[in-house]
Amino acid sequence: MGLAEKQEGNVHFKSICMLSASMLLAGGVAAHAGTLADVKARGVVRCGIGPNNPGFAFRDNQGNQRGFDIDFCRAIAAAIFGDPNKSEFHVVEPRDAFTVLTTGGVDVLTHRFTWTFNRDNGGGAEFTQALFYDGQAFMVRKSLGLKSVKDLNGATICAAQGTTTELNVADYFRQHNLTYKIVTFNGTDATRLAYDEGRCDAWTNDRGSLASRGQALKDPSQHAILPETISKEPVGPVVRDSDTQWAHLVRSVGFATVAAEELGLSSANVDEHAKTSTNPEVKRLLGVSDDLGQKLGLQPTWARSIIKLVGNYGEIFDRNLGANSPLNLSRGLNALWTNGGLLFSPPFR
Amino acid sequence: MTRPIAFLRKCISSPLNALITLVILFWLLTTVPPFFDWAVFKAVWNGQSSRDCANVDAACWLFIRLRFQQILYGGYPATEHWRIMLCGATGLVALITLSSPVVRNKVFASLALTIVFPVFAGILLRGGVFGLAPVATAQWGGLMLTLVVALWTIASALPFGLGLALARRSKMPVVANLAIFYIDVMRGLPLVGLLFLAIVLFPLFVPPGVEVNALVRTLIAFSLFNAAIMAEVIRGGIQSVPKGQYEAAISLGLSHWQAMALSVIPQAIRAALPGIVNVSISIMKETTIILMAGMFDFLGVLQGSLIDPDWLIGDQIRQTAYFFAGLVFFVICFSLSRYSVYIERKLSPQGNK
Repeated sequence: MGLAEKQEGNVHFKSICMLSASMLLAGGVAAHAGTLADVKARGVVRCGIGPNNPGFAFRDNQGNQRGFDIDFCRAIAAAIFGDPNKSEFHVVEPRDAFTVLTTGGVDVLTHRFTWTFNRDNGGGAEFTQALFYDGQAFMVRKSLGLKSVKDLNGATICAAQGTTTELNVADYFRQHNLTYKIVTFNGTDATRLAYDEGRCDAWTNDRGSLASRGQALKDPSQHAILPETISKEPVGPVVRDSDTQWAHLVRSVGFATVAAEELGLSSANVDEHAKTSTNPEVKRLLGVSDDLGQKLGLQPTWARSIIKLVGNYGEIFDRNLGANSPLNLSRGLNALWTNGGLLFSPPFR
Repeated sequence: MTRPIAFLRKCISSPLNALITLVILFWLLTTVPPFFDWAVFKAVWNGQSSRDCANVDAACWLFIRLRFQQILYGGYPATEHWRIMLCGATGLVALITLSSPVVRNKVFASLALTIVFPVFAGILLRGGVFGLAPVATAQWGGLMLTLVVALWTIASALPFGLGLALARRSKMPVVANLAIFYIDVMRGLPLVGLLFLAIVLFPLFVPPGVEVNALVRTLIAFSLFNAAIMAEVIRGGIQSVPKGQYEAAISLGLSHWQAMALSVIPQAIRAALPGIVNVSISIMKETTIILMAGMFDFLGVLQGSLIDPDWLIGDQIRQTAYFFAGLVFFVICFSLSRYSVYIERKLSPQGNK
């Protein structure tokens, strides 16, 4: 799916672009005030979003921009300006996204990119943290009676062209001594159509993507996702690695939403807690007893704005991907560490 | 009355013709009724939400209806839609006035229009002055953005292309060679490459902190590219005007520029009109490429609508969206070509009587 569409082949071209960028900008950057100052001067934070990720960035019937990625961008705007609407969304193709970021076209990518070694160390960009954990899985027809990926020996598998999904299948099947035949198609929709028409036995993509795109199959109830997850796909925001202040800010915004869920703070009760809470960490986070915002160049109420105007992690997840959305994904790995998931926030102290 | 009968008789005039007629009839019978079933009779026209379209294997016009505002205006704020309508209406009135006999000096009037109207439209749509609420160009979208890009490109490529064509035919070698160089470079580059330069690489060449609006960069790239194409079409027109026309104008005592403006260029434009319309239609269609620049034109909004999880209910939504997109593009491009036929007829020496 979108996040896995990592055109590694472009790395060479990209590094040339970045090299020329850094050479051209070398003189200017030293005197440059930084991303936060630029954002404040502009009055709006610009986020790069993906073109094709259901639940992550889309417009609803009323024309409002919604989605998991959109909400994190709005959270950054809420932290800086106290107004989530001071956010602007730029759609960038996956192959151009890192170039657009490093050349200053956007301030942050909230783009569903998988955090990989090469992307983190490829020059110019860095991931702040993982905010969404996904993994690659397989969808099959229930009528075939398959119980596990091991049963797919000799199967024909549909995958999207030029994505890591293809490479993951190769790795996994070789490792388990299974034979397979892969058929690739241009884009997720074409892959789904081919699978629906019976051109292959299984369709592979990220689990979340299979669940959402699977809704568009002719009869979704006839299909099931096999239990194995064959890859790690940690997804998170990306910023320029030349601006540590900005990277800290974006990271703290993500952690604030997770911490809020841990501490039981939500958009409905955050004002109440700010007044009455006796929990020292709540008081620090909400800027009642301490001024953590100052270290980020923000108001003391930065986290309170995020929670009140956008919500905690659980609210953001449920609204866009989870129980309160048509996608109805379970929290799974994206539950808090206290609930058996992978999400945690360092202590706010 | 006799013509349809004669036509029918021709259809079965020989065994081969009869067979071909039969095959065509069979093909029509097997494709037309299912198509109308899909597009009209079984289609979903009314309803409240995406659930009304679920499990219906036919067009879901409800999807288009519920998203019609977005398809027209993109993310432009609903309270400001009147500005787009006003802008469109003004443009239409200006065009009709221009083509009516009331306006005498058409060349002057159309030049004035191409300069004044974009400024007027820009102020009205962008806002931020005269008490108009500012609307960032990132919020522009839908059919409105498609038309803004297409009309701007056509309107700017015409005069710029005319200038280039004249420069290319100039007797001054430096001017002529510069024009040839420019045209050949632009025609040799793909538009996607030029757009990539304007959107992704341009920020490298300006000092940090300086930001040029992405839409402005896109419009400039479109103008630069299409002016070169237009220049060649117009040059073809100029070369088709016999030399005697220019010489006759000079011998009447007109200066070089008067002869060009009053005799050669009008005839050249008339000859080049089919080509100009051709370029205009392809400009209209190539506007969809601006999705690459992160802007949601008409097609982009439709594609973006398809990823709303609420509408992931079956393939009929996608089929409807693309059918609708094709229909709208066809209507626009077909009207453009009919308009050019009308203009050609009006401009031809016989039609002038």
